[in-house]
Amino acid sequence: MSTFKETFNQYHWDETLSSILGKTEQDVWNALRAEKRSLEDFKALISPAARPYIEEMAQESRRLTKKRFGNTIQMYSPMYLSNECQNICTYCGFSLTNKIPRRTLTDAEILKEVEYIKSKGYDHILLVTGEANQTVGVEYINNALQLIRSHFANITIEVQPLDQPEYEQLIDSGLYAVLVYQETYHREEYKKHHPKGKKSNFDYRLETPDRLGKAGVHKIGLGALFGLEDWRADSFFTALHLKYLQKTYWKTKYSISFPRLRPHSGGLEPKVEMTDPDLVQLICAYRLLDEDVELSISTRESEVFRNNIVNLGITSISAESKTNPGGYAVEPESLEQFEISDERSTEEVAAMLKNQGLEVVWKDWANNWQ
Amino acid sequence: MSDQLTIADKTFKSRLFTGTGKFNDSAVMRDAIIASESELVTVALKRVDVNNQSDDILTHLQENHINLLPNTSGVRTAKEAVFAAELAREALNTNWIKLEIHPDPKYLLPDPIETLQAAEELVKLGFIVMPYIHADPVLCKRLEDVGTQCVMPLGAPIGSNKGLKTLEFLEIIIDQSNVPVIVDAGIGSPSHAAQAMELGADAVLVNTAIAVSQHPIDMGKAFKMAVEAGRIAYNAKLAPVKKHAEASSPLTSFLN
Repeated sequence: MSTFKETFNQYHWDETLSSILGKTEQDVWNALRAEKRSLEDFKALISPAARPYIEEMAQESRRLTKKRFGNTIQMYSPMYLSNECQNICTYCGFSLTNKIPRRTLTDAEILKEVEYIKSKGYDHILLVTGEANQTVGVEYINNALQLIRSHFANITIEVQPLDQPEYEQLIDSGLYAVLVYQETYHREEYKKHHPKGKKSNFDYRLETPDRLGKAGVHKIGLGALFGLEDWRADSFFTALHLKYLQKTYWKTKYSISFPRLRPHSGGLEPKVEMTDPDLVQLICAYRLLDEDVELSISTRESEVFRNNIVNLGITSISAESKTNPGGYAVEPESLEQFEISDERSTEEVAAMLKNQGLEVVWKDWANNWQ
Repeated sequence: MSDQLTIADKTFKSRLFTGTGKFNDSAVMRDAIIASESELVTVALKRVDVNNQSDDILTHLQENHINLLPNTSGVRTAKEAVFAAELAREALNTNWIKLEIHPDPKYLLPDPIETLQAAEELVKLGFIVMPYIHADPVLCKRLEDVGTQCVMPLGAPIGSNKGLKTLEFLEIIIDQSNVPVIVDAGIGSPSHAAQAMELGADAVLVNTAIAVSQHPIDMGKAFKMAVEAGRIAYNAKLAPVKKHAEASSPLTSFLN
């Protein structure tokens, strides 16, 4: 069965990057005015040549987003289930060699966290774990889904890549969506940042969305971790991945996230910095490329930044997130995966959205008809 | 750069497919098809006498570059279509089949349910299936999923010459498809054909507009040129339509 790998292997990182950097003002102009935008247009829109057009891109991005999604923002909450991990990832607080207390939530602890998150109004939840197959393998995740499925309308997971039958099992237990970020599409750099553990297998990760598509999951979330490599090239490959998946698994929805490296214990300095204008340009470029893709932003970003970007392309955000297992109610003082930046409460973020004329959507799914 | 169209194991220089119906004379038909430079010509199995070596249509289509594409016109169910396809394979020595199931004799609109069933079975039987269908994007994906080698959505009811009435849906189909999209039916003039090609259709199939023209041979040539022009324009990318921007308060001033 063919996968994205065949498409991906036809491209070269350096050529792709120089093609993006070589885009001209005329290319940007054409991309802005195109009826339907191609991946070449996307390259122009993320190129340095497009920077003077960022306001025009933002206006168009806002228009397209309102047309498709209306004046709404979907809210979700992450819930970290475990920080145990067998991988070494140079940028992650949960990396195997980091000497931090490890915790995997028990059923009772999960329900305690659920109670807190529900009390804030959330009905869409994102479950996060590290990769430790002995303790947080498929059985653990499956159990967690069964435990919480009656409490949430919509459940997403961000866990280690799994095999197709494993995803099928989780879908039967109430799974709606899976986020699996490639981190970087630069094969060699990927290897450097993931020297040990199952995650060091670049191709297995690259082909994960194919397995998800075949398993029939409702939504697949893509992204790159900005800071590891050039954000423009990584974003092009993310867009290429998106377009491939949309054509191949046409019953699935897609979302894109934009994590930028944040400080954490044992921290890695970003190799390539991504500035605020860079990120705004990228968010708008994705929207101009694709009217339907969901664009999500987390509490990694600052208050001011989030207040502004909810109006120009973003469709879902989290708030008041804790990135440590048990961080909401069980053990609020434990060490986080990374420091969040926007520390406002859920109520404050919801009020900010309402003040901007946006309806806060808490529930947009029903998981009891499957 | 070569810009050939590949379907299954065949490549085509011409993106204009034609038909054999409605001509007033088989010699004119042959000359019109030659003028069109079409390399794939559909022929209704019901119109030819496969047991007759000197069948009028078949004997006029023996040019080397012309591939015959038998179609199942006349069948009303999946079962009949499979039977007709097997007959065609034996008689014309080709496993290519244009699948047409239109139980409605007036508008000849294709039955999506029977077509999907027949397509799935014919693919399993080793046919190269080219299904004629309504411009229904979901049906196109379902057909692709069962293994058809292309999809052939209609632009307007067959023989109506009304042009691309299904334009919005053709655009979605072209956007989504992983197999060649051939706009079939309804194309009444070369400008319609050029428009379909500009949209990104991989080929068009034209029959009535050529056959019923006062000068089919000239019309065959006109369609050839239109299809080529549309394809070149598609590859060259059309200049954008001018839009007027709406003034609104700045969204990115927070970055300064």
